Amino acid sequence: MNHISDAIKEYILSEFLPGEDPANLTATTPLITGAILDSLATIKLVAFLEERFKITIQAHEADADHMDTIAEITKLVTSKM
Amino acid sequence: MSATGLHAVLGQAAERHPDAVAIEESSLDERGQVRSITYRELDRLSDRVRDRLRALGVRDGDRVGLYTRKSIDGVAWIFGALKAGTAYVPVDPTAPPPRNAYVMDNCTVAAALVERRFEERFRAEMQALGRVPPLLVIDEAGGGEGLRAALDREDRSAAAPASTSAQSAPGDLAYILYTSGSTGKPKGVMLSHENALSFVDWCSETFSVMPSDRCSSHAPFHFDLSILDLYLTLRRGATLVLVADDLGKDPQRLAQFIADRRLSVWYSAPSILGLLAQYGGLERLDLSALRLVLFAGEVFPVKHLRLLQGLVPRPRYFNLYGPTETNVCTFYEIPGRVPDDRTEPYPIGGVCSHLQARVVDPDGHSLPPGKEGELCIAGPGVMQGYWSLPEQTERAFLTDREGGRWYRTGDVVTEAPDGTYVFLGRRDRMVKRRGYRVELGEIESALYRHPLVREAAVIALADTESGVRVKAFLSCREGARPTLIQLKGFCAENLPAYMVPDLFAFVDALPKTSTDKVDYQRLKELT
Repeated sequence: MNHISDAIKEYILSEFLPGEDPANLTATTPLITGAILDSLATIKLVAFLEERFKITIQAHEADADHMDTIAEITKLVTSKM
Repeated sequence: MSATGLHAVLGQAAERHPDAVAIEESSLDERGQVRSITYRELDRLSDRVRDRLRALGVRDGDRVGLYTRKSIDGVAWIFGALKAGTAYVPVDPTAPPPRNAYVMDNCTVAAALVERRFEERFRAEMQALGRVPPLLVIDEAGGGEGLRAALDREDRSAAAPASTSAQSAPGDLAYILYTSGSTGKPKGVMLSHENALSFVDWCSETFSVMPSDRCSSHAPFHFDLSILDLYLTLRRGATLVLVADDLGKDPQRLAQFIADRRLSVWYSAPSILGLLAQYGGLERLDLSALRLVLFAGEVFPVKHLRLLQGLVPRPRYFNLYGPTETNVCTFYEIPGRVPDDRTEPYPIGGVCSHLQARVVDPDGHSLPPGKEGELCIAGPGVMQGYWSLPEQTERAFLTDREGGRWYRTGDVVTEAPDGTYVFLGRRDRMVKRRGYRVELGEIESALYRHPLVREAAVIALADTESGVRVKAFLSCREGARPTLIQLKGFCAENLPAYMVPDLFAFVDALPKTSTDKVDYQRLKELT
């Protein structure tokens, strides 16, 4: 499970938070409600997750209720593997 | 018959208060004395300029350039130019010489006052453009001494015959102020004697300046704030205190200067007031003489205004609004103290009594109060047009059915029920993002609310993927930069998602134009 959250964290840092100190992005940092992921970024992240983990994420899951933190995204991904 | 026109302001004051000090400079002479000039002396010195200009062949209706640092010499030249029936054209002595040569060549100045330090480059640049006008060169601007010496020198070779001052008609040009044009070339805003006098009369009725007042001249003469400084002060027989360019940018020295010179009326762009509040050490100074603080030119971030008012509570504070093309056209007195929880900038206020205002849709139709539209201004304060740019002049105006000319400010406002206007943004600083209309200034004012942010400026960049990307430039208090995650989180709490900047960049200080406004062009070049 650790490698899943690490991969998500790495992707978010490189794509949406260039230059940010990795220590500042934790498993509970709000992503969508914290304006780190806007709608376009969320779509990009979903595409990355589907490709990387060979899963399908439903449109209704790609929102702040299911994907607002790395912990929640990890849980969502794990449940589909 | 006595002279008519803007220059009559000086003649009348010189009759009433001949021995009062008209102008004082910030710099001291070699004996450590304050350099100053009385109304009588200024009137006399500008008479000599008038006569010399005419001896140089300058005719009524010509343009005359000013290329010196701010000084008594410069003010005497300005009044001399007006008395000779010409329009004066001041340039920014800190601007690149090719730009200044472009300006003087563009409006074909018939003569110019130039300081020795600028002369060689200026001559070469004018030569390259094909024509060098007669130049009166002074060794150093300061105290009027350089100008007197230059006039003496000219008189020794050929005396200038005494003449009388021009009877300027209301529509005659009084000055041309060049502002940055959208094409990259500066454009000359032509203002007449009536434009200037109607504005000065309004100022005189609205701000009760008295002979005992000591008024600041912070803005350079090529900036339209200088019109209020010069002519309101002299019309009321008060003393104008010229603030040198370098002093005007240094908040600590400037704050001390305001206290030491007992300034009572201050007028500047908000940015320097914000710096004075943050770094001026105002709490240690006696600013009890200050009774009127006027600001104009851009939006004053509320948190800096609150800080300033907290440190200097006594004066009345006025937000003045208007482009160079109309000078001040609306004004708003800040009512009492800024509440702690206020984050919205103050309104730009109601229209000045010598002008009329209306709000129009993109087709030029009037809109009722409450609707967003472009502010248009008519009346005797509105410019004659842009120098030798008939098409741009025509585009700048809307003509109503009765033939009235309305200047389109390019600023989007709404009219509140009480008749005051609320500034929403520049027409050209509004971008569409994901279908929403975004005013970049609104993002800036949200960023200003962050406790670590000292200055914020936002630009829009074209982007192939998303159409437009919004980039924020921030300068922060030393060593206390928020992280990207913190900034985004802060934006999420204060802005709708479609307004959160895509990119953040930190700078030590925002680049500024010579008129102390945020230099958005430079910011775009930084990216």
